[in-house]
Amino acid sequence: MKKKFAAMFMAAAMVFTMAACGQKADTPSTPDADASGDQSGAEVQTFVLGSCGPLTGSAAIYGQAVVNGAELAVEEINASDSTVKFTFLKQDDEADGEKALNAYNTMMDEGMQVLVGPTTTGASLTVSDQTNADRTFMLTPSASSPDVTSGKDNVFQVCFTDPNQGTGAADYIAENMAGAKVAVIYRNDDAYSQGIRDTFVKEAEAKGAFEIVSETTFTDATSTDFTVQLTAAKNAGADLVFLPIYYQPASVILSQAKAMSYEPTFFGVDGMDGILTMPGFDASLAEGVMLLTPFSVNSEDAATRSFVKTYTEKYGVEPNQFAADAYDGVYIVKAALEKAGCTADMSSTDICEALIQVMPTLSVDGLTGKAMTWNAEGEVSKAPLAAVIENGEYVMK
Amino acid sequence: MAKLTTKFKSLKKTTKVDFATYLGVIAVFIVVTVLQNSGMLNRKMLGLLVPICCYMSMAVSLNLTVGILGELSLGHAGFMSVGAFSGVIVSQSLLTAVPNAPVRLAIAMIVGAIFAAIVGLLVGTPVLRLQGDYLAIVTLAFGEIIADLINCLLVGYDASGLHILFNVSGTKTIDDLGLDATGYAIIKGAQGATGTKTIAGLTAGFILVMVTLIIVLNLTRSRAGRAIMAIRDNPIAAQSVGLNLTKYKLMAFVTSAALAGAAGALYGLNYSSLQSVKFNFNTSILILVFVVLGGLGNIWGSLLSAAALTILPEALRQFADYRMLVYAIVLILVMLATNNPQFKAFFAKLLPRRHSAEEKED
Amino acid sequence: MEFLSYLISGISLGSVYAIIALGYTMVYGIAKMLNFAHGDVIMVGGYISFCAMFYLGLPNIVAVLLAVVVCTVLGIIIERLAYKPLRSAPSLAVLITAIGVSYFLQNSALLIWKAAARVYPPVVEGTASLFGGQLSISYISLLTIAVCVVIMLALTAFVNKSKMGKAMRACSEDKAAAQLMGINVNATISATFAIGSALAAIAGVLLCSFNTSLMPTTGSMPGIKAFTAAVFGGIGSIPGAFLGGLLLGIIEALAKAYISTTLANAIVFAVLIVVLLVKPAGLLGKYVPEKV
Repeated sequence: MKKKFAAMFMAAAMVFTMAACGQKADTPSTPDADASGDQSGAEVQTFVLGSCGPLTGSAAIYGQAVVNGAELAVEEINASDSTVKFTFLKQDDEADGEKALNAYNTMMDEGMQVLVGPTTTGASLTVSDQTNADRTFMLTPSASSPDVTSGKDNVFQVCFTDPNQGTGAADYIAENMAGAKVAVIYRNDDAYSQGIRDTFVKEAEAKGAFEIVSETTFTDATSTDFTVQLTAAKNAGADLVFLPIYYQPASVILSQAKAMSYEPTFFGVDGMDGILTMPGFDASLAEGVMLLTPFSVNSEDAATRSFVKTYTEKYGVEPNQFAADAYDGVYIVKAALEKAGCTADMSSTDICEALIQVMPTLSVDGLTGKAMTWNAEGEVSKAPLAAVIENGEYVMK
Repeated sequence: MAKLTTKFKSLKKTTKVDFATYLGVIAVFIVVTVLQNSGMLNRKMLGLLVPICCYMSMAVSLNLTVGILGELSLGHAGFMSVGAFSGVIVSQSLLTAVPNAPVRLAIAMIVGAIFAAIVGLLVGTPVLRLQGDYLAIVTLAFGEIIADLINCLLVGYDASGLHILFNVSGTKTIDDLGLDATGYAIIKGAQGATGTKTIAGLTAGFILVMVTLIIVLNLTRSRAGRAIMAIRDNPIAAQSVGLNLTKYKLMAFVTSAALAGAAGALYGLNYSSLQSVKFNFNTSILILVFVVLGGLGNIWGSLLSAAALTILPEALRQFADYRMLVYAIVLILVMLATNNPQFKAFFAKLLPRRHSAEEKED
Repeated sequence: MEFLSYLISGISLGSVYAIIALGYTMVYGIAKMLNFAHGDVIMVGGYISFCAMFYLGLPNIVAVLLAVVVCTVLGIIIERLAYKPLRSAPSLAVLITAIGVSYFLQNSALLIWKAAARVYPPVVEGTASLFGGQLSISYISLLTIAVCVVIMLALTAFVNKSKMGKAMRACSEDKAAAQLMGINVNATISATFAIGSALAAIAGVLLCSFNTSLMPTTGSMPGIKAFTAAVFGGIGSIPGAFLGGLLLGIIEALAKAYISTTLANAIVFAVLIVVLLVKPAGLLGKYVPEKV
């Protein structure tokens, strides 16, 4: 009898969900017509732009930043007198391929024309194949594996690729810290971390200017305690620890290293950015940490300052590099749409083909790089900047 | 016609329910196919069809372990993982040898099932001696171990065949496979399987669900199935009448693992990229939720709840930031509504006729 | 000396697992229920104490007490709303409800405190060095071990000696018989949850102090590990949870140090499987064969 009740419930739930499926979500705020009142002649074109990332779960920290950054850019553009405006869609993809594809399909049903997303590499790999088959233009703010773009002419990146970062870090250490004894601690179940580590180690062997004395890993399940990895590095006599990881575990490593009075130079990559703005972070822990980053919240650049200010006011946390990448992503799409002369009544396929033609000819100034350009493979070219944290601020080198 | 009706009426109740289940699945398949061909389904629904089939099959197979055998398993996604990755490897390495996609998919699913069955046998043989929550924790541990192991896997394929490397030290890369110029990587460590040619489809999903149903229902209604249920209800009594506990427990467990493997292979070949973290504890739990919500031992309940709970989070997308919160609340409320005596009494009052009819049947 | 330093980091980590496992084992032992929401109550405890210290500027001890109070109330509410109506339902239904509660807590935390990770200021700072600085152990680890031992002793005494404790043991043996003896089973189980949640708050403070980081998902993985530890030691056994937690931490640290950092987690679980095969009721658990 109990089973029958369960089944009836299920049936009711099915009907409900099926019905709900058919409905469209409330159309998000379309730009105000008044805002464009002062336009002289040129007609305002409103495109539907979608973004997705993990808004729930353990990777929500990155997805929320991306979606917020993109949303902020859209609001700014819609409030300006630009002729290209956007209707913004956002979806949660839980950093999972299956859910990301669902999110993408949902947004396509809602009429999405351009995708600025997904956030994570795994989700982007799955979605990029689908967008390639559908011919939808995709610009991922933060998925850094070269596999996301390779062989897919419609997929472009805003962030550095992993090999790019690995090579950059190896070059910098070889030039400035030749002879260093380097320990690597990376996250083995994360494509981003593993990707950078692989190129870094390969470059290090090729260059021979410094020596890798210890290499240890961790996984999501063992990210509570790093004392063993740090002890191994210390015992191997490493004077530089390379951390191709995100800032949350990095902050734990820094504080645990301090607790065991191990004080090497820590060297991070772009994922390290954001460590200084973690609520409660003791900046003295990060004193002397070096990192390669395209973006700095402390930058004197006017655009960055206004971005950081608005973002912090709106979302209650300071932006990290992910937010900046997504913010840039929306402006890149805007620039491309303008240059290609796309109109809002074009289908996503036509827009995609037009943008593919335009992207390699584009040069965009953004928060994460000046004069960013793209090759036909979809990889961005911008210079990684080396920064050192001194007194809680980035000092560019 | 009248003859048929009488014949149908004379069938056992379980047989009737089984027939209804088969017919229901076939009917839904036909309706969905018609809708699909007439373009009535939106992209979101289309994208959900294959995963729903996989989850249905996962739920039914887990129901065999949890509902019919009565052993709590928290690592069912581990078998799905084994099936998914072995299926992807097989399919990707047969790209040129078997150009026909449906045949390749069938081979991949069978191989996925075989590998999952082997792993099921290896895990089950020692572990099924444990009982209750201890078995649960061991299957949980198994799921975590599988995820970690697959994370270390580097697989590539070239003219000279498959290259497999196990990256325990964390210092090897795909370059160490030594692939020749025609070679390509299939599984790249943490990045998982990438560039998989997606060949899964609704028809394959339908066949998977039907095969799963036929196997599970026939096993349950057979002599072996009655033995399995006897063990669930009272192991000591079952043993005392001469039933071989290990044999029947293993039979159910390995069948369940094999079906999960086939479902995994279909799932893996539905996405161009797949990471081993997908099949972690949370996925195992998700499938367990399908089973419990559908009713232990209730096969068509599992089918329904797998479909409903896969669609639910997608249908809740309009709640935006509150989506998963609403999902959690719905989950708790449904559990309360289906299991709380007061709630049940309330519903019984709403449906007095049905209620009395059921009482008689029980 | 190297081995000793690895051992110490294992003990430090193990003590964190142990303190979470104590809460798990307490609830499981009496209510016979796998409370998968325990890890998330720990996370809530972390956030409450963090907010009290960071935003309200309260002294550490007050912040910890506040977390204990809030978590206890939370535990009682969860029990009243989600678990109590299912007292007569099959245990799996309660398990799924607990998972629902876990999702609920995690996603509420995500909405309230956002996804951005916080850096948790340890409740005690500093490191004790031994042998002229060759070995070091942080005060927070020492504190965790001390708190573990105290809680373990207190719980054992409470369960064995006090009237409520005796009622709890009676309920865990046979609910129906306990009721016949005049024990209020519902109230007893509610009290168990209250105690379990209070322990979770303390565990939250110590976990976050050790890990120095706080996110809405902070509790999930340590929760699963601690559950493993509780089973390892023999679930329901209070000293077993302590022993299981410590051993789990030590195995994890030594596996990282001497076998593979990549497979450390797999090795921990493999050891667990082997132990359970040899001792099917865990290290200190009592194996009770069913009598016919």
